[in-house]
Amino acid sequence: MRLADTLRFARDAATGYPMRTTLSVLAMSIGVAAVVILTALGDGARRYVVGQFSSLGTNLVIVLPGRSGTGGFNPANAITSTPRDLTVDDAASLRRLPGARRVAPLAVGTSEISFGGKLREVMVAGSTAEFIPLRNFEIAQGQGLPEEDWSRGSSVAVIGAKIRQELFGSQPAVGQLVRVGDRRLRVIGVLKSTGQGLGLNTDELVIVPVSLAQAMFNSNTLFRIMIEANSREAIPGTKEQAMDLLKQRHRGEEDVTVITQDAVLATFDKLLGALTLAVAGIAAISLAVAGILVMNVMLVAVTQRTGEIGLLKALGASARSIRLAFLAEAAMLSAVGALLGYLLGQMGAFALRQIFPVFPAYPPDWAVIAGLSTALATGLLFGVMPARRAARLDPVQALMKH
Amino acid sequence: MSLIQLAGIERRFLLGDTTVHALAGLNLQIDAGEYVAIMGPSGSGKSTLLNLLGLLDRPNEGSYLLEGRDVTTLSPDEQASVRSTRIGFVFQSFHLVPRLTAAENIALPMMLAGIPASQRNQRVTRALKDFGLDNRADHKPDQLSGGQRQRVAIARATIMQPALILADEPTGNLDRHTGEEVVHLLEALNASGVTLIVVTHDQDMGARAKRQLVMEDGRLKSDSGANAHASG
Repeated sequence: MRLADTLRFARDAATGYPMRTTLSVLAMSIGVAAVVILTALGDGARRYVVGQFSSLGTNLVIVLPGRSGTGGFNPANAITSTPRDLTVDDAASLRRLPGARRVAPLAVGTSEISFGGKLREVMVAGSTAEFIPLRNFEIAQGQGLPEEDWSRGSSVAVIGAKIRQELFGSQPAVGQLVRVGDRRLRVIGVLKSTGQGLGLNTDELVIVPVSLAQAMFNSNTLFRIMIEANSREAIPGTKEQAMDLLKQRHRGEEDVTVITQDAVLATFDKLLGALTLAVAGIAAISLAVAGILVMNVMLVAVTQRTGEIGLLKALGASARSIRLAFLAEAAMLSAVGALLGYLLGQMGAFALRQIFPVFPAYPPDWAVIAGLSTALATGLLFGVMPARRAARLDPVQALMKH
Repeated sequence: MSLIQLAGIERRFLLGDTTVHALAGLNLQIDAGEYVAIMGPSGSGKSTLLNLLGLLDRPNEGSYLLEGRDVTTLSPDEQASVRSTRIGFVFQSFHLVPRLTAAENIALPMMLAGIPASQRNQRVTRALKDFGLDNRADHKPDQLSGGQRQRVAIARATIMQPALILADEPTGNLDRHTGEEVVHLLEALNASGVTLIVVTHDQDMGARAKRQLVMEDGRLKSDSGANAHASG
């Protein structure tokens, strides 16, 4: 039997029983669509998180107060367990590191801002002039914090876009005096709107000089010290140097944690990549179920068409021809199902992107290829048994069943 | 040389724990171009004999020479190829594939044999004309009358130009008039040189054959052509 004839025969056989064909194609397409949509979700989550981390700034090394528990036993820890605070002096000392391009201390707290009788609660970040370029923030109007001695703390503020909108409406904000807590500050700049990001929401942020913030919150500790390394290669070296220097300054106690953005990013990347794989695995179960359904449908087809198989044998069909015809039918059911499922999945992912525009829900290529090939492979695999059964039927018995 | 030569054929079936001898010690010769009717009561072994002649079944013992070649020892696929080229079947219930048109049903043996489509179409067109089915080519079996269906089945049986046509009660599902038409058609084929073997209950139809075999309990009870063969 020629290949074209086998395919045509299988196609006619499949379309000859629309109900069971539709059902098995549907099952297969749901399986493939599940793989496509779920991996699109998983990979979308990964891309979203990675994107958010990248927007924090480039080549960042971040110093946190307190020790994460991996430092090992240190006699110093046995005596005192309270970590030493991070101070502005610590931050200033880090500026001497050879690998550091910019260093910005960060103190945060909440306070109230008021202007012209309007009052709202805000997050106040105390830092220095380098904070804004280090975090890749952009200035919409005015300028950033002044370059000055870190301990000076002029009475100025840079405000977020949403605060400007709420307090000043259509009036110019730069140059106005606002009250933050119990201090009067002059607005010298407005940040460009960036929307919701990981960590700080810059639209509702007020940035003031670090010593001013510390005075306002009556504390001399820092929330973070951010270091921008000269290059990607300089990150590990800078991390070690920062650790050594701070340990030295804190009398040999490793009471700070230094993390790199790279490490955080890699961890999330790995974590969410694994999650995507797991989700793909779960979706693959539905593909296996669909494969079993195709087998079931083909077994029913063999029983239903026993008389026809007997006839084909009487007319001189070889066992191979019959096997191929039934295999081709199973392959067609799964191929059409897989294609339909692929389209459904892409449509689903498209719908997700329309509903959540910030969420890059694109299915990864590997998942699409794996999904499609698993569908075809299970369809063929589970088609083998029914096809062999058809080919082995005894022609006399089969003919009697017509 | 005979077309068919059966010697010492035994065919046994196990039904529960009893063995049924469907065919026992059967010897038979049929020459090319003969017109043979196989008759006998139900369960006499007629159908088993026909299946055996059509290579759909194998004997437990004995030899079957078709055109001088021992076909009982062939593999299933070799037997399939012999069926494809040398034997045509006509069944009582027509056995047409319901989803295929008349033309496609007739072309089925050629498709299975791997004959290219252009050649198939040519031969199907001629067959449709020969069997008076010109305007029924695109009809599905359920749109055809019983007589037309059997004509499609006969066209299918002859499309590979076999040496032997085996017909199992070919008129069993037809009324008298259409049954006669079908018989005439088969006889015309026989007249053109094809060997025709018909299994039938119908005494009248059996009487039309040039040679009658009567079966009983798996044995040949009588053979009207036995003397001719014994002498020849």
